[in-house]
Amino acid sequence: MSTASVPLPAWINYGVIPLLNLILAFFFSGLVVWAIGENPFEALNFLIQGALGRGDAIGFTLFYATSFIFTGLSVAVAFHAGLFNIGSEGQAYVGGLGAALVALSLDHYVPWYVTMPFAVIGAALFGAAWAFIPAWLQAKRGSHIVITTIMFNFIGAALMVYLLVNVFIVPGKMAPETRTFLAGGQLPKLDWLMALFGMKLGPAPFNVSFIIALVMCYLVWLLIWRTKLGYEMRTLGVSPTAAIYAGIPYVRTVIIAMLISGGLAGMMSLNAVMGASARLQVEFVAGAGFVGIAVSLMGRSHPVGIIFAALLFGILYQGGADLSFEMPNITRDMIVVIQGLVIFFAGALEYMLRPAMVRLYQTATGK
Amino acid sequence: MEYFDTFVSIMGSAIRLSIPLLFTALAGLFSERAGIFDIGLEGKMLASAFAAACAAYWTGNAWAGLGAGILIAIIFSMLHGFASITNRGNQIVSGVALNFIAAGLTIVLGTAWFNQGGRTGQVPPEGRFSGIILPGADMMRDVPIIGPLYANVISGNNILTYIAFLMVPLSWWVLYRTRFGLRLRAVGENPGAVDTAGVSVVWLRYRALIVTGFLAGFAGTYLAIAQSAAFINNMSAGKGYIALAALIFAKWKPVPVMFACLLFGFLDAFANFMQGKSLPMIGEVPVQIFQALPYILTCVLLAGFIGVARPPKAGGVAYTKER
Repeated sequence: MSTASVPLPAWINYGVIPLLNLILAFFFSGLVVWAIGENPFEALNFLIQGALGRGDAIGFTLFYATSFIFTGLSVAVAFHAGLFNIGSEGQAYVGGLGAALVALSLDHYVPWYVTMPFAVIGAALFGAAWAFIPAWLQAKRGSHIVITTIMFNFIGAALMVYLLVNVFIVPGKMAPETRTFLAGGQLPKLDWLMALFGMKLGPAPFNVSFIIALVMCYLVWLLIWRTKLGYEMRTLGVSPTAAIYAGIPYVRTVIIAMLISGGLAGMMSLNAVMGASARLQVEFVAGAGFVGIAVSLMGRSHPVGIIFAALLFGILYQGGADLSFEMPNITRDMIVVIQGLVIFFAGALEYMLRPAMVRLYQTATGK
Repeated sequence: MEYFDTFVSIMGSAIRLSIPLLFTALAGLFSERAGIFDIGLEGKMLASAFAAACAAYWTGNAWAGLGAGILIAIIFSMLHGFASITNRGNQIVSGVALNFIAAGLTIVLGTAWFNQGGRTGQVPPEGRFSGIILPGADMMRDVPIIGPLYANVISGNNILTYIAFLMVPLSWWVLYRTRFGLRLRAVGENPGAVDTAGVSVVWLRYRALIVTGFLAGFAGTYLAIAQSAAFINNMSAGKGYIALAALIFAKWKPVPVMFACLLFGFLDAFANFMQGKSLPMIGEVPVQIFQALPYILTCVLLAGFIGVARPPKAGGVAYTKER
């Protein structure tokens, strides 16, 4: 009997194999560090110290993790419906427009807690709108969603640069960005939460969006595993033909799944635009959309897994920044390499170790 | 005459800008026709540009640069094959991963080796591919219309440019007139049939990916040591994705691929030319429109509004032999 059809217990499928893949990714990252003449273990130590050593370091780590939770959920929701949304990056970018418009129009008049719900809706709406055309093209015209979402990332980037340079720029200033939001358009920091654990947040922009992200994790879990729509999406993801045969409306499900996915990606902008910089800037997404792919793969498209994976990547991003101070030979782009290796081993090579595990398991259990 | 001179200069730069697209799109053509989606074209281009710049810097030989560029692109292609053919992993995921690895590794290694913030050292002139003046270019220059076109658009390019245009008929010939090409196209449409005929699907797809790496290596080399004289951070700047768009725009056929790349190269050149200028009646056209146009055109085409772009049927699906 071939190894592919042997069922493995969940703790191997969701625990041992992803862990081994992660170790492989870090092993090869270590090789790269070693190849440029630095000590990998020392580097790892700096990285962990830089990400978790102090209160503000933890604050930055959690700030990055917040963005990755949103984009990770975005990729995961589409993935459950069998759609590969590479466009989270662009959807988050355009989502920032929605958040910024709300903040710019309300920040003079109301406190942040009134602005926040509108900003959540605005960011989600704009993000979803940017996912709509690729979704419609996939559902109605059969164009491949991977290709169209890639194209829309670039179209979105061009659109946002145009808007920031020509429309939103503050007259007399050089930087293509909006004016700074007043306190009514900013999301407050969670310093009280850090204080509960006896830590000081310092300058780290860890903010209320983290709580919104956790709420979204719960809502996504509810949607995917506890609603009819979620069931339909998962059915579509496993087998489109079976789903259509069972009477699940293909067009509607694809479009709704992508709208939700785009909306979640758009909400990432709450964290970066309203929580951190308090203005809309060029390239504020900075690759978080693509990290979402890695996060979703690592987290096996489950909200709990996504939280852990987002924390891991938060540690990498914050620790990587610190590492490049301590070891100037290793630039911050090392995290891009690690990210690539994690996607490669945990995503593309996810089945590589399976046959070996099946054989081990069979010998161990004596079947 | 002034308009004509402008036209000639735009055409010249359009050709220069379309060459990396052309190599990359032809590279993608071979893997996608064999049923392997390749999002990783961008990464291959970037990695091979880095390798070419390093090799040319160290040896001072442009051909060594080309060799290194091709080698690295083939290695990346083989990693893609190992993940998506041998291990039947998701081809898109593998491509995305390799893009990240290339983007990060080139900067990390570049900074460690050259200490110039990701730039490699300046490649000496003999380590570069410089322009070749075709015979009679100076004589022809004064002939109206044809003269400037011949002297400034057709002549004066580097050897890689001419190789790029030679690769178009060559790719067509390989795909449509050889046994390998026939089987390659078949494996992209119906791998089961190829397997039944006793031909190895796996080996065929690996060979297609070797061709992909070979061609992508030319693209990276062109960027690093023909168009410029060093590797610069993220110098492919999304060209791999534009090439992918061109490939789809050309409906996965070699000769249309050339025209699509020329069109996208022309848009790029035209955008550079239009920067800060205004058109009569319309006023200043934002440069972002030209930047977005290749992607918009591709989406419109994919939507089936101007002809139907039908991808190879077995694209993106790993082949599993019957158990």
